[in-house]
Amino acid sequence: MIKYLLQLADNALILGHRLGEWCGHAPEMELDIALTNVALDLTGQARSLYQRVAELEGLGKDEDDYAYLRDAWEFRNALLVEQPNGDFAHTLVRQFIFDAYNYHLHHALTQSKDEWLAGFAAKSLKEITYHLRFSSEWMLRLGDGTEVSHAKLQAAIDNLWTYAGELTTPNEIEKELASHGICPDLSQLKTAIEAKMAEVLAAANVTAPVGAWMQSGGKDGSHSEHLGFILAEMQFLQRAYPGLEW
Amino acid sequence: MKKEWPLWEIFIRSKSGLNHKHVGSLHATDAEMALENARDLYTRRNEGVSIWVVESKHITASDPDDSDPLFEPARDKVYRHPTFYTVPDNVSHM
Repeated sequence: MIKYLLQLADNALILGHRLGEWCGHAPEMELDIALTNVALDLTGQARSLYQRVAELEGLGKDEDDYAYLRDAWEFRNALLVEQPNGDFAHTLVRQFIFDAYNYHLHHALTQSKDEWLAGFAAKSLKEITYHLRFSSEWMLRLGDGTEVSHAKLQAAIDNLWTYAGELTTPNEIEKELASHGICPDLSQLKTAIEAKMAEVLAAANVTAPVGAWMQSGGKDGSHSEHLGFILAEMQFLQRAYPGLEW
Repeated sequence: MKKEWPLWEIFIRSKSGLNHKHVGSLHATDAEMALENARDLYTRRNEGVSIWVVESKHITASDPDDSDPLFEPARDKVYRHPTFYTVPDNVSHM
């Protein structure tokens, strides 16, 4: 259970951190605020989840211990969310793939047999529903925009698609919890997620690579080299000045 | 060269029953984006329950130079104001 909550929390934290990197750098001021708003939603979700983990573990830790004092191999986020921002199209495609998955996941989690998790999912689903709406509409805008925006969007899809499969392929933890009705069976959720992606991709006039080889491992702690750099930046202050508070 | 996105005027209804009020403006390429940007810019501290967006070019404004002929004649007609009635204390938003 704890490992599963960490999977959810680390996805939210790392993607939130990536989006936060756009702060002050987005193509438009309005977009800057939109992206950081999503980042704040995700960071807030991560915080609730870490607090729950701390409660379950009962070791007297708090949310910061999980965010700042774990090493890369202890993080259980999917490989997708740690991928670099790249250009806006890359950030958007990463967000859209994640949102499509995250929306259906949380929708299903509202039926979880774990009462706390069901409550958390119901609350987060409102935020995630907006995230998916936002990223879906931007997919259409870029895909249907100019020749340049279309080419950039397609390139981003080609580059990032290899990380989409991990989200919908259950690991041992997810299989185990699904059998107890705590989390949904991802192989069943996969159909709905892929239908949503196909619908938006078709409307945006872009295509997903057919039969792409899918990367995996992030959920079990095997990460790309990017995560180490994220943690180096994110954790620096707590590592250099242990226990420092605002 | 980068083209500026069109300007939109944003109106927010702060709670049911009240009017939409002009709160500011922002840039967006289309109405949907204007709504989303308005949501992120103007309602993130729980300011609203409804948003209207209007592209600024669709608003026709009165000319400040015309203010005398437009508004001056109303200034000395105090009898047009309903100030001679007492409003009961429990009537709000008047």
